[in-house]
Amino acid sequence: MSLNLIVLAKQVPDTHNVTAEAMKADGTVNRGALPAIFNPEDLNALEMALTIKEQYGGSVTVMTMGPPRASDILREALYRGADHCVLITDRAFAGADTLATSYVLSLAIRKIGDYDLVLCGRQAIDGDTAQIGPQVAEKIGVNQITYVEKVEDLENGEITLSRVLGRVTEKIRTKLPLLVTVTSSANRPRCFGAKRLMKYKKARTSFEIKQEIESSSPTGRYGIEILEEEIAKKHAELKNKGLLIETWTANDLNADPECIGLTGSPTKVKKVKSIVFAATETKKIEPTKEGINSLIHELIEERTFG
Amino acid sequence: MANYYTDNPDIKFNLERVDLCRLADLLEDDYSAAKESDYAPENSEDARDNYLNICELAGELCAGPITERARQIDREGNRCENGRVIYHPLVRENLRDFKRAQLMGISLAREYGGLNMPQVIKVAVLEMVSRADASLMNLVGLQDIAETIEEFGSEEQKRKYVPPLANGDATGAMILTEPDSGSDLQSVRLRAIPPADGNDQGVWHLNGVKRFITNGNGDTLLVLARSEEGTVDGRGLSMFVCSKDDSVQIRRIENKLGIHGSPTCDMVFNNTPAYLIGQRKRGLIKYVMSLMNGARIGVSAQALGIAEAAYRMAREYAETRVQFGKSIVEFPAVYEMLTNMKIQIEAGRLLLYETSKVVDLFKIPNARIQQTGTRPDRELKQTIRYYERLASVLTPFSKYFNSEMCNRVAYDGIQVMGGSGFMKDYNMERYYRDARITNIYEGTSQLQIVGAIGGILSGTLNTIFDDFVAREYPGKFNELTTEAKSMVPLLYEAIEFVKQKKDSGYTDLVARRLVDMALDLYISILFLDCLERDEQKVSRAEIWVRDAKLRVEQNHGFILGNRTQVIDLHKEIIG
Repeated sequence: MSLNLIVLAKQVPDTHNVTAEAMKADGTVNRGALPAIFNPEDLNALEMALTIKEQYGGSVTVMTMGPPRASDILREALYRGADHCVLITDRAFAGADTLATSYVLSLAIRKIGDYDLVLCGRQAIDGDTAQIGPQVAEKIGVNQITYVEKVEDLENGEITLSRVLGRVTEKIRTKLPLLVTVTSSANRPRCFGAKRLMKYKKARTSFEIKQEIESSSPTGRYGIEILEEEIAKKHAELKNKGLLIETWTANDLNADPECIGLTGSPTKVKKVKSIVFAATETKKIEPTKEGINSLIHELIEERTFG
Repeated sequence: MANYYTDNPDIKFNLERVDLCRLADLLEDDYSAAKESDYAPENSEDARDNYLNICELAGELCAGPITERARQIDREGNRCENGRVIYHPLVRENLRDFKRAQLMGISLAREYGGLNMPQVIKVAVLEMVSRADASLMNLVGLQDIAETIEEFGSEEQKRKYVPPLANGDATGAMILTEPDSGSDLQSVRLRAIPPADGNDQGVWHLNGVKRFITNGNGDTLLVLARSEEGTVDGRGLSMFVCSKDDSVQIRRIENKLGIHGSPTCDMVFNNTPAYLIGQRKRGLIKYVMSLMNGARIGVSAQALGIAEAAYRMAREYAETRVQFGKSIVEFPAVYEMLTNMKIQIEAGRLLLYETSKVVDLFKIPNARIQQTGTRPDRELKQTIRYYERLASVLTPFSKYFNSEMCNRVAYDGIQVMGGSGFMKDYNMERYYRDARITNIYEGTSQLQIVGAIGGILSGTLNTIFDDFVAREYPGKFNELTTEAKSMVPLLYEAIEFVKQKKDSGYTDLVARRLVDMALDLYISILFLDCLERDEQKVSRAEIWVRDAKLRVEQNHGFILGNRTQVIDLHKEIIG
């Protein structure tokens, strides 16, 4: 069996390190003031994909929509075991809400075409909407299973999964292709592989190639033609070594300008106010040392406190 | 995220001190491997970046899951059923994580699936593993087995056995000890029956019993066996490699004081097919010595890691524990213990990382000569010989110092924590138990002294000591360096006295004191050489050098005092 697995990932501000500058005056997140990390539950989705690949064979493609610097999480995905990565980036995508984002992601998945399973984190730690997974599933027209914790079995195009719903666990069997959203309790994401790190630290997107070559050649020393030649050369070299991170723009996806970016986003932030956290999922903690240890560990992992 | 590399800047300091770029240049030669291998470095800076990245990646793995699993593994241990060892499920997870992190062949050649990195990087990783779970070092550190096959095996053996070990698909064991052959390996009895056709390269068969074998259940076994019938000493022993099959039975695993995650096997070989490694009769003299030296470095790293864990726990406890209205760390009796623990750990790290560098400085050129078949020129030959000799002293130094240091640190660690340190609620008692094996296996401290004393008496370190005396240090360190330099004549005088006496009994008796003197001096030099690089080390040197001087004086007094009373009176006292 060789499965084509797609993981949707998001680069998010690390809410573990929130400071006073974390919010702008207009109530939106000041992304520049916070370190950018791989959204934790997307890492759980990636881990699930990698485990499926180890067990059943196949390949894992990770894609993210974001600014050019989101390539950092794609390299991280490669260090952990992903086979291919795609950066979906375009100024025209800026300001997208979940509707516009899921539209673009669904186009990208369709562009790949051949897939068995799409995996994404249950939700991102910045927006906490948990909408992307379900919206993408609707747009690409496949079944969706949310809150997945475990793949029980996978055979003949059928998959058995367990999903956590508070105190109960539901077991579901369904046909592929399928989209799942994965919870943080599903697994513990693996570390980087040493050889992968040494190899893929050199992986670059075309944006980065351009930027690095331009910044390393003082203005005026090279003519624009030489510069472009250098860029093309590097591009070809990395592609040849499997180190070119593919970049798709609105054009590459034939995206409808009306459906992307701010234009395609009906969501408007009206007001931001402080709210009290309410439980979204429940978990029984045993009153033992182990139970408490695991709770504390989880709170740290969840970046609730550090 | 917790990380045992980034939270411990002394590791990076020591890695930079041994000059990673120089080691990379030696290992990578002209960096042409980058053309064929997608993870080979392109230049020395690229290599150095890789080395440090790998330490950071290991630091995260160790500080995370490995640390979390350690306590349960210690409590529950492994099992042995029907002649097989069943790892604790969390030990299996640890091994899986190391395989995934691709850290099972750090200093093995890329050709065989390794990372082709210096020994010192392996040492840093093993130190961090041991800080998390000392018993896991015994499994992860078995990379030495693959290194021995890589160094002495035939091309066919290398291709067959090394890649699975390097990739983490297989584990190994070095199988030396027998019920009647512990420290004295010359008396090993397990028999190797030669191939019927008399061709050494054919299939041999192993028969006999081995004991105290770490991970004897491993897939690839390196066995020391008697190949020459009728012999009784080390010259009749050869080294064999075999794959574990049903002819190898694990009779039981030991119930131990510490390192519970590491299965220690009692095993029987029943006509097990095996192949000769290298040449006949050189098993003990050459291959075991090499294997053992590698393992000694691993145990030094293990000891250092345990000490680091113990110190940190004691330090934190002393801060938060309030008695008589203040943190106990404010009492001289407590802060003196903690200060000494920290200085000794840093001393041990300087010594161990320096030792690993010296090992690389002869092993890497040796491997290249073997690989290319070129004849080394005289200068290179001399360089290799020099570092090989130096390593033969520094390796036992490092093992002896770090393992004894680790025991002292764990001992004081419990002392700082008082009753709490004695209880199972904290990990301190585990560190104390795990520490205890480090100065026993891979050669007891007493045997490390035997290993080092020859080099000290014959002056292997004298060039270093003489250079140190001649070296000028910045004026502000004058008093300190003068103090340190004054140890040199004391050591030389003691050595001369022992040599003149020509009494082997007396030499054996005072060997420990001579080694201690040389160690105190050598570590002082290492500290003083750091002064210009790191201001922080000044405070350590201030205390270490002065304490060392006092110990050297005392040992000098003992040796020159012709203290033969123990030799003369021990029978009367102990019967």
